[in-house]
Parts: sequence; C-alpha cells; structure tokens
Amino acid sequence: MSRLARQLAEHQFTVTAEIAPPKGVDVRSALEHARSLKGVAAINVTDNQGANMRMSPMALAALLVREGVEPILQMTCRDRNRMALQSDLLGAAALGIENLLILSGDHVRFGDHPESRAVFDLDSVQFLEVVRKMEAGRDLAGRLLQGAPSFFAGAAVTPAAEPFELMFRKYRKKVDAGARFFQTQAFFDAEKLKRFMDEASSLGVPVMAGVLLVKSAGAARFINEHIPGVRVPDGIIGRLEKTVEPLEEGVAIARELVAAARDCCQGVHLMTLGHEDRIPDLLKG
Amino acid sequence: MIISEQKSREELLESIEDKNRLFLVGCAACATACKSGGEEEVFRMQEWLISVGREVTGSVIIDEACHIMRAGRDLRRHRDQVEEADALLVMTCGAGIQSISSSSEKRVIGALDTLFLGNIRRLGQYEEKCSLCGECILNETAGICPVTNCAKGLLNGPCGGMEEGKCEANREIDCAWSLIFDRLEKQQRRGVFARRVPPKNWGKTGKPGRHKIR
Ligand code: SF4
Ligand code: SF4
Repeated sequence: MSRLARQLAEHQFTVTAEIAPPKGVDVRSALEHARSLKGVAAINVTDNQGANMRMSPMALAALLVREGVEPILQMTCRDRNRMALQSDLLGAAALGIENLLILSGDHVRFGDHPESRAVFDLDSVQFLEVVRKMEAGRDLAGRLLQGAPSFFAGAAVTPAAEPFELMFRKYRKKVDAGARFFQTQAFFDAEKLKRFMDEASSLGVPVMAGVLLVKSAGAARFINEHIPGVRVPDGIIGRLEKTVEPLEEGVAIARELVAAARDCCQGVHLMTLGHEDRIPDLLKG
Repeated sequence: MIISEQKSREELLESIEDKNRLFLVGCAACATACKSGGEEEVFRMQEWLISVGREVTGSVIIDEACHIMRAGRDLRRHRDQVEEADALLVMTCGAGIQSISSSSEKRVIGALDTLFLGNIRRLGQYEEKCSLCGECILNETAGICPVTNCAKGLLNGPCGGMEEGKCEANREIDCAWSLIFDRLEKQQRRGVFARRVPPKNWGKTGKPGRHKIR
C-alpha cells in the first residue's frame, strides 16, 4: 500500500505537491526539487503538462522511487492510444510506481506542438476502468496478464465548474469507474469548494483540494490566459496588485485556501510553481 | 456535403512544375456548392493558368466526381482534349481526385484541400457535425455528436477545461457536453449519463472503408 493510500485511509490531512519532468535529459534540478519537498505524502509527476513536450513522467517517477520519494504518476489520454496506455501501466507497476492520476489531458492547442494529432482513444473514465480491469488480471481485450499490477488510482475534478450538475455527473462516473482519490483543479472560492464537497462527501472518495500559489498579479493573468480550467478571480488579483510584497500576499492567500480545505476536504494538493520552500508556510495554522 | 478549399496559387504552381498544357476537371456537386471547383472557379482557374503562361486544352464539370464510373465516362467524352494535355488539374475533393486518377494514366494534380463532411449553416459557412465514426452515439446524446463537437472526442462527459459551458480549446465555442446536457435535461432524459460508455470500436472504420448493400 502506498503512503498516500495509507494516509488517506487513516483520515490524516494529506498533502501532495508536484514537479514537472525536464525538457531535456538533465534530471538533477527535478530530483533536487523533489528532495526538498518536506512533509508531503507523495509528489505528482506531470505528463506533458499544458501539452508541452517533456521527459516521460514514467521515467522521472521511476527515478523518484529509486530515491525513496513516492510519486503520483500522471497519465493523460492525449498522447497515447489504449495499447500504449496499458503497456505503460504494466511498465509503471514493474518500476514500483503505485499512485496514478488519470487525466484527459490539456488540448494540444495550448502547447508547443500544436500541430500534433491528439489521440484520446480512451477518455479518463474509460482509462480508470482499464486500470481496474488490469488490477483484476486482464487487459482491455480480456486477455490474461502474467502478474497483475496493483495501483492506487485517482482522478481530477474541477469543483467550481459550471454547470455544476454536469460536472458532477462526470465526477460520479469517475467514482463508479474506480477512482480512489481526487485532486481538484486549483480552487479560489471556498464557498464553491464547500458546495462541491457537500455533494461529493456522500460518495466517500477522499478529495484533496488543489491550492495554487500565485506569486503576482501578472502571474495570475498569465494563468487565466494559458491554463485551462483555472481562473484566478478578480478579487485575488486585486489583493496581489495592492500589496508591495505580492509573493507574501500570495502565500497568505494560499494559506487561507489550505485552511478552507481543512474544513471540508481530506487533504491538499499544492502547486507552488518554483516556491516549494514556502510549503511549510502554506501549511501553518 | 464534402467541404473543400483551393490550395494557394503558390502551392499549385509548384505542383504544376513545368507542365504546359492542362485539362481542368471540376465537380457539379460539393465543390460547386462550396465554391472551390464549380463552373465559375474552373473558369477563373483557366484565366489564371493562361496568365502564368500555361495552355488549357479543355475542361469538364463532372456531375459527381466521387462517382468513379461517371468520372471515367466524362473523361472519355473529352478524350481528345485529355490526350492533348500534359496533366489533369482536378478541382474536386480528394475522393473525386481519385476517381480521376483511377480513370486516366495522365498525371493528376489536385487543386483542392479537402476539409470535412460539413453541414451548411448558410451559404459559404460550413460546420462539421459528424466525423463518420461508424458507431453512432447520437441516440444517447440528444442528437449532438461528442465525437465531432467535443474537441477531445470524449464519450463520458466534459473535461476539466469546460468553463461556463464553453470549450477549453476555443472559448468562443460551446462545450459539446454542455449542449448535450442542456438538451437531455429539456427532454428529461438521462441519456448517455445513464451508463459509462465503453471505449469506442475504431475497428468499425478500418481504413479503407468498404460497404456493399446486400
Ligand atoms: S457518433 Fe458522431 S461521428 Fe459517429 S456517426 Fe454519429 S454523428 Fe457521426
Ligand atoms: S470543454 Fe467540452 S467540448 Fe471542449 S474539450 Fe472539454 S469536454 Fe470537449
């Protein structure tokens, strides 16, 4: 059982963070980042995030395992068909990777290869089911596996999405397809998070709220323009504009969000964008 | 209808190379309707070719260029002009171009890029609604195709990029899943939300497609 699975099962308030694989073969700074992340249960390794080509997250996750750091391997449906996804699942298991985060994947339009052909042979619900099937010892075609993998597979949700009922139907499908934990997209509205959790808690799957450290008003505007599914509200941008120390204000905002998550969620997923050293500050109080 | 558009004149010039005498082929169906290879466009093409020093031996507008036999018959009717030409410049969709290339030994130069199977919103404005996937799910999705209208072709509901009912890939466009949801709600049906849709059988559209009416 992974540490992430155990902490969530024991109802500890669980913290995860994330790193991106390098664009290139030099993994030193990524590994250093990972080592510097103290007090987190596991670290997400992103998969060509924002549709920008980088090193295979499976390779970096395997290096983390070797370092004794627990990874959450993100896998998107954008770049690989059902065969590639299944063979990667088997490979990940063989490399000692236990936690997965199953995603659709950002549209290629956002990234550095906008001319590539997006795959989406499976969607995230179907992929979650494939994971479950493989854990039961068979592949998608029903063929017997020589040694079945065992994973702790989670998925993503955007609690503030509208229409709410539509977003929630997809959430329910992911739960039914076997998602065992959720990490939310970055949230900024505690009310909306609470509204989501009021509905979601009855389904009994732990939810870790995504908290993004926004370091300046400029960064907020960049995020709003370039990152799908994340919207920094004007109120927050205003706070970052007014202050003379925007990073400190950003830390304060993130700390408030973590506090809000403590009231209704089972943990937080921290996205600190290069300010990993501030994680202890976010978790204070 | 099959939506197509003309290649740029620069690209055409490159494909024409040093061929001097050309026979032009248009199509009276789709390429006429989307103004890429009808009577008028063939005429303009002829004028342009002459202006760049080429000779046009003749032209024909085929009723439906995708009809292989008809295309062959129409070419035979213009045998002399076709024989005189160094190459055939074909202003039809990719399917039509291949009707021609399978009916003549002459070098065939395609003048159009073929885009999609399109519905007509109004004259000159076309929208893709169906991508011919071979396993139609419209009965469960209130008559709105997610395979085509969702930028990711998702089958089980919206992705995390949907915002206020708009699509992450293009904020000007409605998220297909939001449209499906609204219409199902109006019809008071659960539709596609009543089950988890399994992975699609892409084997149904194995390439090249073949179909025979029995
Ligand atoms: S599901 Fe969509 S793409 Fe497939 S046949 Fe139906 S309308 Fe066409
Ligand atoms: S926003 Fe909607 S239409 Fe666009 S990719 Fe996501 S699910 Fe598909």
